[in-house]
Amino acid sequence: MIADDPLVDLRTTALALRRHVVHLAADSPGAHVGGSMSVVEILTALYFGDVLRIDPADPAADDRDYLIFSKGHSSAAFYAALAERGFFPVAELDTYKRPGSRLAGHPHRGIPGVELATGSLGHGLPVGVGLAIAGKHDRSRYRVFVILGDGECQEGSVWEAAMAAAHYRLDNLVAIVDRNGIQEDGPTEEIMALEPFAAKWEAFGWSVRDVDGHDIGALLNAMGTLPAVDSRPTVIIARTVKGKGLSLSENTHAWHYGKLTADQKATALAELAS
Amino acid sequence: MITDFDPKTTTGIEASRIAQRDVARRDERVFAIEADLGDCWGLAFAAEFPDRYRDFGIAEASAVGAAAGLAMHGKRPVLNTFGSFAIMRAAEQVRLDICYNNVPVVIAAMFTGVAAGFSGPTHHTVEDLAIARALPNMTVLAPADAASTYQATVAALAHDGPVYIRLGVEPGKPVYSVGEPFVIGKGTVLRPGRDLTIVACGLTIVPNVLEAADRLAAQGVDVRVIDMPSIKPIDQELLIAAARETAAVITVEEHSTIGGLGGAVAEVLGEHAPVPVRMLGLPDAFSKHVCSYDDQLAAAGLDPISITTAVLAFRSTAVRVPRSRS
Repeated sequence: MIADDPLVDLRTTALALRRHVVHLAADSPGAHVGGSMSVVEILTALYFGDVLRIDPADPAADDRDYLIFSKGHSSAAFYAALAERGFFPVAELDTYKRPGSRLAGHPHRGIPGVELATGSLGHGLPVGVGLAIAGKHDRSRYRVFVILGDGECQEGSVWEAAMAAAHYRLDNLVAIVDRNGIQEDGPTEEIMALEPFAAKWEAFGWSVRDVDGHDIGALLNAMGTLPAVDSRPTVIIARTVKGKGLSLSENTHAWHYGKLTADQKATALAELAS
Repeated sequence: MITDFDPKTTTGIEASRIAQRDVARRDERVFAIEADLGDCWGLAFAAEFPDRYRDFGIAEASAVGAAAGLAMHGKRPVLNTFGSFAIMRAAEQVRLDICYNNVPVVIAAMFTGVAAGFSGPTHHTVEDLAIARALPNMTVLAPADAASTYQATVAALAHDGPVYIRLGVEPGKPVYSVGEPFVIGKGTVLRPGRDLTIVACGLTIVPNVLEAADRLAAQGVDVRVIDMPSIKPIDQELLIAAARETAAVITVEEHSTIGGLGGAVAEVLGEHAPVPVRMLGLPDAFSKHVCSYDDQLAAAGLDPISITTAVLAFRSTAVRVPRSRS
């Protein structure tokens, strides 16, 4: 069992990440608010819940866990997590998308802590498969985590890689899907249905954990004992709410991307005060 | 150690495979990544290094992405598949996973050009040089024969970045001796000459150009022949010197005349040493001919006799021959 106190701290961290997202969406040309807000607890659990074996002081350590942020458009949340975890100064977040900044709208390898440039969807899992094969070959202890969007799973390359991961028995590979149910054009089930989603992964040879993606304790339990089944890759389907935490952005595709006005920013920060 | 092979009967694909295996014997980082075409001379590698041979089936996006992932962790993967499948089917994976992330993956591109003569345009690869050389960080190679292909593969595996190598499919006539060095970024003057320069690349084509040069010499035309296997980076110095020392430049390649070797040469000469340039290559069209490789080349004017005729025509119409030398 996970004690209550750490969870309180982690919830505080999640709140801080959401406030960063608000600042980034208000003080820059705009940000992918919906997908950033939905992925916050996933990032919190990985980076602050002692899941990832990483060291910001030695980001290229040979046996580090790899985290591939395949839904690169949600960079506001990703950068907030990297900064709070110490990969670069928190103050640098203020440069998001500003001229001369390294914090581009989509992550790239010039940013400390970013393993793979992402932004075009469907790229993270195939690369994760290659990293996991290298780890198996070297008998290394590292794991490979890939965070995907749910709409991203409409890309065929995701399922090519899903097939390869099971074929090569990559139990050092963990996919985490931010299943917020909404993509840019609307609900996934209306645009291009993904369900039965868990059954698809199972049919491809993965072991599936289906959790509340805003329950940090549930996420930590799902990430705490890996692989879920020996010789199989694991997928954690994290059920989330698009735009979670803000009344204006929850459960709508209208805030897939946008720039918050000063009034919206003030309201949002008030909603995220505690 | 170079495994012994007969350059007269060895294909570019096979020579590259032999090189991959030879390098893998001394470098544990080398992996062979396949997309269900491992039986194209790849089985010896598979037998010797089963732990470093990974087939992804008919799934190029997966294969390219995984190759990039292996390279991210310090491996030296070679992706062996048809050129069109790597550079076009999985174009965005090549662009982002390999080139944007700038990781050392070698794409060993089989069945390039129209070498798959009877197979039709689905299996011809005539746009790859244009695509590959437009990608930042990508090195693009088109060696002239089996011996050069072996060395190009060794050079590619030693290069700290993405490399695309064109391998054709037919053996082609030998140009180099086994073991001659290959340097990325360098061309080779295969034949000195003062009247005009032919710049060529690739299997079959470079030997055809050398034969055309013999025919031209018999007619009193003294052509310089440059083999330019390094399309990117290209040997600017050699090209500029040739343009300044001869009256004109003609390029010959088994690729569309849009954006390949001809385009690369014209870009250099247009900026640094403008001279008349003529490009011989494949037309901007899908082949409608069901015919052999040789007949495909002849239909495109890339056989030795057609090249000879084209050079003579170019010389007589576009080149003002200095009176002092005529």
